[in-house]
Amino acid sequence: MTALLQTSALTRAFGGVVALDRLDLVVTRNEILGLIGPNGSGKTTFFNVVTGIYRPDSGEVVFDGMDITGASPQAVYRAGISRTFQRSRLSLPLSIFDNIVIGNHKRLNHGLWFNLVRRADLKRQFEANYLAARELVEAFEPELVGRIFEPVAGLPMIDRRRIEICRALISEPKLLLLDEPSAGMTHDETAELMDDILQVRDRDKTLTIVIVEHEMGVIERITDRCVVLNFGRKIAEGPYRQVAADALVQEAYLGVA
Amino acid sequence: MQPQRATRASLVPGLGAIAAVTAYLIALLAVEKQPIIIGLLGAGIAGTFAAAWLGMLRPVGRSFAECEDALGGYAVLAACVVAAAFYDNHFVLLLVVTVLLYSVATLGLNIQFGYAGVLNFAGASFFGIGAYTAAVLNSHTAIPPLLVPLIGGLLAALIGSSLLFPVLRTRGHYAAVVTIAFALLLRTFLEVNDVLGGPQGMQVKGMQILGWSFNDNIEIGKHLELSFYMNYFIVSLLLLVGAFVLVRRLERSWVGLNLDALRLDETAASCFGLDIARWKITAFLLGNFLIGIAGALFGMVGGFVAPNNYTFADSLILVSILLLGGVGNPWGSVAATAIVVIIPEKLQTIQEYRFLLYALIVIAVLLFRPEGLLPRPVRQYFPGWRP
Repeated sequence: MTALLQTSALTRAFGGVVALDRLDLVVTRNEILGLIGPNGSGKTTFFNVVTGIYRPDSGEVVFDGMDITGASPQAVYRAGISRTFQRSRLSLPLSIFDNIVIGNHKRLNHGLWFNLVRRADLKRQFEANYLAARELVEAFEPELVGRIFEPVAGLPMIDRRRIEICRALISEPKLLLLDEPSAGMTHDETAELMDDILQVRDRDKTLTIVIVEHEMGVIERITDRCVVLNFGRKIAEGPYRQVAADALVQEAYLGVA
Repeated sequence: MQPQRATRASLVPGLGAIAAVTAYLIALLAVEKQPIIIGLLGAGIAGTFAAAWLGMLRPVGRSFAECEDALGGYAVLAACVVAAAFYDNHFVLLLVVTVLLYSVATLGLNIQFGYAGVLNFAGASFFGIGAYTAAVLNSHTAIPPLLVPLIGGLLAALIGSSLLFPVLRTRGHYAAVVTIAFALLLRTFLEVNDVLGGPQGMQVKGMQILGWSFNDNIEIGKHLELSFYMNYFIVSLLLLVGAFVLVRRLERSWVGLNLDALRLDETAASCFGLDIARWKITAFLLGNFLIGIAGALFGMVGGFVAPNNYTFADSLILVSILLLGGVGNPWGSVAATAIVVIIPEKLQTIQEYRFLLYALIVIAVLLFRPEGLLPRPVRQYFPGWRP
């Protein structure tokens, strides 16, 4: 039980609204942690602060023994954290392959000379990435393999989510942050996507996942442990059944009876 | 990929299209009577619609997508055929050279706007910087004129880098406003600066290579005399080929992917490690470099440069060429440049109304074909590559 990600007294306010309030949170290696809480409880802000989109006002973030407090999104990604977004953020005019391979940025050679002149070497790198992207797509939805060079714009929501997850996975991160993967999908589609996520975890047991989700069925099914936030504070922690029975949690979700 | 040859698209439709366009161009450039020109233009538009209606354009597109290298070679050949058909005609050759050099400039804009999404409304200013560089260097220094365009390009990139800070700090429309301000400032600077000729401008000495002056007609034997513009035609064509290959390879590489990713979503791109500033700078400098080279050569072709030649209105025309041709598609940029440069020159009757014509064309394209005449296809890293 070693910590992969640890925050201490992490605080971030927007004007007068304190979105994260001295949050101490530990993500253990190889677990699937559910991050739950009512709307506006700070879940997405937590992701945005950890991944460097927002700077914390105070507090500390340590990832894999490295202090990444206030680091840029680029540095956080290079350290081994990948994420998906609550509202799908794919580049719609680009192909499935393009979208996925963007996620492998840290392993691609970006030199102008390499890209413009050493085309044979570029082709080798391209082919290796094609195989990697294809393998990922095949694991999620074999039907998409034949359409890997078609624009993402024509795909339904569930496939876009899958591609977003593939984009996050291709660089083989240590920590995967999933921000409400079920948003905008039907019940059946959500179930299908969760199967996919569990399957990914089965393939790579060392992958640690933090998932923000409103669908409690999803949380119950796939998480090892949950952390409940309310007004930026941690109000409960433990296996889903335990936190679901917690009086404070019920109050946060349902209001005081 | 030898075994897959059989499934490849055929070269024939692309070749047919190139041949048809070449024949049409020669006819259009040859006739001078206004009614015939109007008739030809009408026939060209009708012919294009008819071809689209009959589904003949789809195979053309496919053969261009898969056999681009070969067809590119034939397109170069076609340009040479057009030039050869008018070997002693100064006016037509100047027009062709103008198309070639403006195409290089729009390819530069294409890197900036089409890929990185940095809107540059000072394209003509950077073009002018190239031309002024040629004017100054050719008359005051002994730098070999063949190197001058290169220096013009470097200088355009260097002066353009003064815009980097505001362009990186602002987004979208605001960055565009910064470039407009630059265009106005540069023009004022040139007008009040007597060393650079003030509002009257400067003469630009022509290109010379090893004592061979580009501004003399070429005599072959006793009876054949080629227009001196033929010299410039060859150099401009080489430059366009180089710029085209550069832009193509750029798009079909990880760099092109990076530029697209940051244009479409900077936040997502940052979360996957893209250094936004690095790629915006790369695109902006590379684009201005191409525009500056073209401008320097164009200054030598015209022999004269003045602040009035490179105004904000000209920058707008460059941007409208990009929109007309299809943002991000280099073939579209070249085709649209030909349309926008040649039609007003040939249609002398509308000369006064050329801006009206541009406006109408752009509005029509935005209304009926918002992605331009030749919309950009999905990226193919290695054309013809099959898994």
